[in-house]
Amino acid sequence: MQSPHPEKEYSRRGFLKLMGAAGVVSGLAACGKDGGSAAGEPSLGRMTYRTNPASGDAVSLLGFGMMRLPSASGRSAREAGDEIDQESVNRLVDYAIAHGVNYFDTSPAYCRGLSERSTGIALSRHPRRSYFLATKLSNFAPSTWSREASEAMYRNSFRELQTDRLDYLLLHGVGMGDGMAEFEERYMKNGMLDFLLKEREAGHIRHLGFSYHGDVKVFDWLLSRHGKYKWDFAQIQMNYLDWRYAKQINPRNTNAEYLYGELEKHGIPAVVMEPLLGGRLSKVPDNIVARLKQREPERSTASWAFRFAGSKPGVLTVLSGMTLMEHLQDNLRTYCPLKPLSGEEFAFLQETASLMMQYDTIPCNDCKYCMPCPYGVDIPAILLHYNKCLNEGSLPEDAQNPRYRAARRAYLVGYDRSVPKLRQASHCIGCGQCSPHCPQRIDIPAQLHRVDRLVETLKRGMP
Amino acid sequence: MLKTIRIILAALFFLGVTALFLDVSGALRPWLGWTAKMQLLPAAFALNAAALTGIALLTLLFGRVYCSVVCPLGVFQDIISGAGAGNKKRRRRPGYVPERRWLRYGVLALFLAAAALGAGSIAALLEPYSAFGRMVSNLFAPLCGWGNNLLAAGAEKAGSCAFSETSVWMRGWPTFAVSALTFAALAVLARRHGRAYCGNICPVGTLLGLLSRFSLFRPVVDPSLCRACGICARQCKAACIDFRNHRVDASRCVACMDCIGACREHAIRLRPFWKEASADAPPPEGNGNLRTPGTAARGGAGCPASAGRRNFLHSLALMLGATAAGAEAKKVDGGLAVIGEKKAPRRLTPLVPPGAHSLRDFARHCTGCQLCVSACPNDVLRPSSDWARLMQPEMSYERGYCRPECIRCSQLCPSGAILPVTVETKSSIRIGRAVWVRERCIPLRDGQACGNCARHCPSGAILMTPVDPENPESLRVPVINEERCIGCGACENLCPARPFSAIYVEGREIHSAF
Repeated sequence: MQSPHPEKEYSRRGFLKLMGAAGVVSGLAACGKDGGSAAGEPSLGRMTYRTNPASGDAVSLLGFGMMRLPSASGRSAREAGDEIDQESVNRLVDYAIAHGVNYFDTSPAYCRGLSERSTGIALSRHPRRSYFLATKLSNFAPSTWSREASEAMYRNSFRELQTDRLDYLLLHGVGMGDGMAEFEERYMKNGMLDFLLKEREAGHIRHLGFSYHGDVKVFDWLLSRHGKYKWDFAQIQMNYLDWRYAKQINPRNTNAEYLYGELEKHGIPAVVMEPLLGGRLSKVPDNIVARLKQREPERSTASWAFRFAGSKPGVLTVLSGMTLMEHLQDNLRTYCPLKPLSGEEFAFLQETASLMMQYDTIPCNDCKYCMPCPYGVDIPAILLHYNKCLNEGSLPEDAQNPRYRAARRAYLVGYDRSVPKLRQASHCIGCGQCSPHCPQRIDIPAQLHRVDRLVETLKRGMP
Repeated sequence: MLKTIRIILAALFFLGVTALFLDVSGALRPWLGWTAKMQLLPAAFALNAAALTGIALLTLLFGRVYCSVVCPLGVFQDIISGAGAGNKKRRRRPGYVPERRWLRYGVLALFLAAAALGAGSIAALLEPYSAFGRMVSNLFAPLCGWGNNLLAAGAEKAGSCAFSETSVWMRGWPTFAVSALTFAALAVLARRHGRAYCGNICPVGTLLGLLSRFSLFRPVVDPSLCRACGICARQCKAACIDFRNHRVDASRCVACMDCIGACREHAIRLRPFWKEASADAPPPEGNGNLRTPGTAARGGAGCPASAGRRNFLHSLALMLGATAAGAEAKKVDGGLAVIGEKKAPRRLTPLVPPGAHSLRDFARHCTGCQLCVSACPNDVLRPSSDWARLMQPEMSYERGYCRPECIRCSQLCPSGAILPVTVETKSSIRIGRAVWVRERCIPLRDGQACGNCARHCPSGAILMTPVDPENPESLRVPVINEERCIGCGACENLCPARPFSAIYVEGREIHSAF
């Protein structure tokens, strides 16, 4: 059922040949210019916009998430662990604005605290009226729960973003940790919510909302107080997998269908996050790729996820954390303009989701909120390597399979490459300090021990 | 002709033994293990009758061919003394040097006494195969490892699994120093005096010399043809041709056959020993066209040897270049907690691998060749720095542990210090026992649930029990069932406490099974 990858298997000799050929090929590639690209440049001036009923803002359907900004090494700055590549950020932002993107979403916590500054630098090069700024009050750490610390964090955002008004401000990640109790500590007991309401009245904040993960009780409580707080928008995790399967993936999570439905009922515009599940909906098993490509051979796998997220009328904007120009261009192609899903296509995606549910992927979106592990384990890297092998169909499971030995070696060598030995799952002591930070509410130690057992079995060479 | 055969065979053996020590992937070792098992001292220690009889017969037939073909240190000296010298202009050698009996037999006596008394490190210091093993594993294996890592980095970029990264680390300073000194001393000796080590010091050579005195075939000088020009003596690596008296010291001759090709008069040839005495033997047939075949043999012999040499040096230079380029770029750890180094605990009883049976057996058999150290894929084995066991391997678990599926050292050990075990029997051989150090244990120190030792114990010897027996909900700490512990070190290696683990393995003097 899964297609084998003959092209992915290199013999040692083949590899050496390849090394020799690589020099020649890269030389040739530099000379040739590809004029007949099927994808083509995204079109200018055709972005789909949604209107915010609260203010009449025309917001681009594609929002730029500033969480996975590029580093000099070409990877996301959070992944590579090095400095943000400001030049690339500027280039991405310029390109996005030229193509009609006007919603930029950041947080004091993103990119190890460097995202807001980088966003401010890139955007201050454009007229202030050409974009909307969204940031958050990310007072997660108990040390920032005091009124002073929270207010300082809020004021610092203005400085970093070089602005005197925030278009959109969110209470960040409500429902995480132990739910209602933590929400009380962060926003109620210290009077921060009242403070922010006053700031909205004063015009320093144009729209006030919240981003939600985790305990649905907090979500329901906030909506039940909508009359009092007048939420201008709310940010939820929504995609074709979480639409009806979020609860099945993890009983402690809530289906996006419910969350969106509740917002629609209250007339609150939805900002969509994780439309692509941190790339999990573009890096899908081969048969899913084939299924999606069969219908739209010229569109990317990711485009389906973005069309799904954008098709709901109550969605104000869909956030995408774009690291590379190709991510941005692909998303622009999907939203310039949006071709909404037909009812039949919607059903097709739901069917796709049910097929994906057959795979035992670990629902990690690589947000790195769990990091750093106090004992040095690289949690996301371990989980992503597992998912990658699972999706490639190269997870060595059946020792009778003739490809078992190759798959076993590929898993173990790849594991050592993706995760240094001292940061592998065998070093997880199961203290569980990571789990409360996970927005997907994964039981991280249980998953790490599962991967560790698999690795141990593979090392012993037994089925 | 004879020289060509010698060079081809020597090249095969030398490459085999060297590859055995340098094999990063471990794929070649099962095919090459016999080259080490044929070495004299390991074979003697392992009571390998087949190898010993073979060597004895070979020596009785053709003299010390072993020293020119089988012994990697001998071939290594030939490479060093030949490297850089052109085909024609050979290094000036001293000609004939009389035998230094007191030195040879003195060293042999010292060696035998050391071996008999169990002072393995002195025996290992003098023994050629172990000396070679140490040099390769300490001085050349790191270069090979770095070269491999360079390829692995390339393979990673290409998404290939053909090469995987290996760790290169200093396993023991004293042994490294001994290897470096051996290398330096041998290099100087070999360049100035050819096989001076083999004729004067090497205990294996002296031992074989006792047999080769009586060898059937040997280079014999025909006094009727010899003009006493001395070319043969200057060519002789072992400085054992007394050309004035037309005699070859067969006990020091390493049967390299260089002299036979060198003699313009064809006066020196491989002949049965009884021809030696007959001074007035009839001149050999075909004396007329003596020059042509002689030079042909000379040229024919020179080419493959120098080509091999050049290739060897070339690859060495390549590896050196690779290291200089600093290809081993360290990956930056962003957003990751710093992990401190693990330090080795002071073990009262050293740990030796399953198959060693006991510390005493191990110390008596081990020649300190470092083959097991080079082959250990889990970075467990390293040479001891303890004076009594210097250069003999011991185990420690800072970098890895003795994995249940691995029996590589026991398959490779040529000297019977680590006898073969199977994966199944290994799982029940108790080489040590775990010891818990209360004050370092994470649940007690950090107040965090742990149990990583128990989770990874392959023999189920660790149970997690509540600290407070009254309160089953209290944090759990390990309890060790020493009877079931095999001493593999999974617990010690994976214990999160640093720099010293909260659980470590103490060796057993005598290994036992359960």
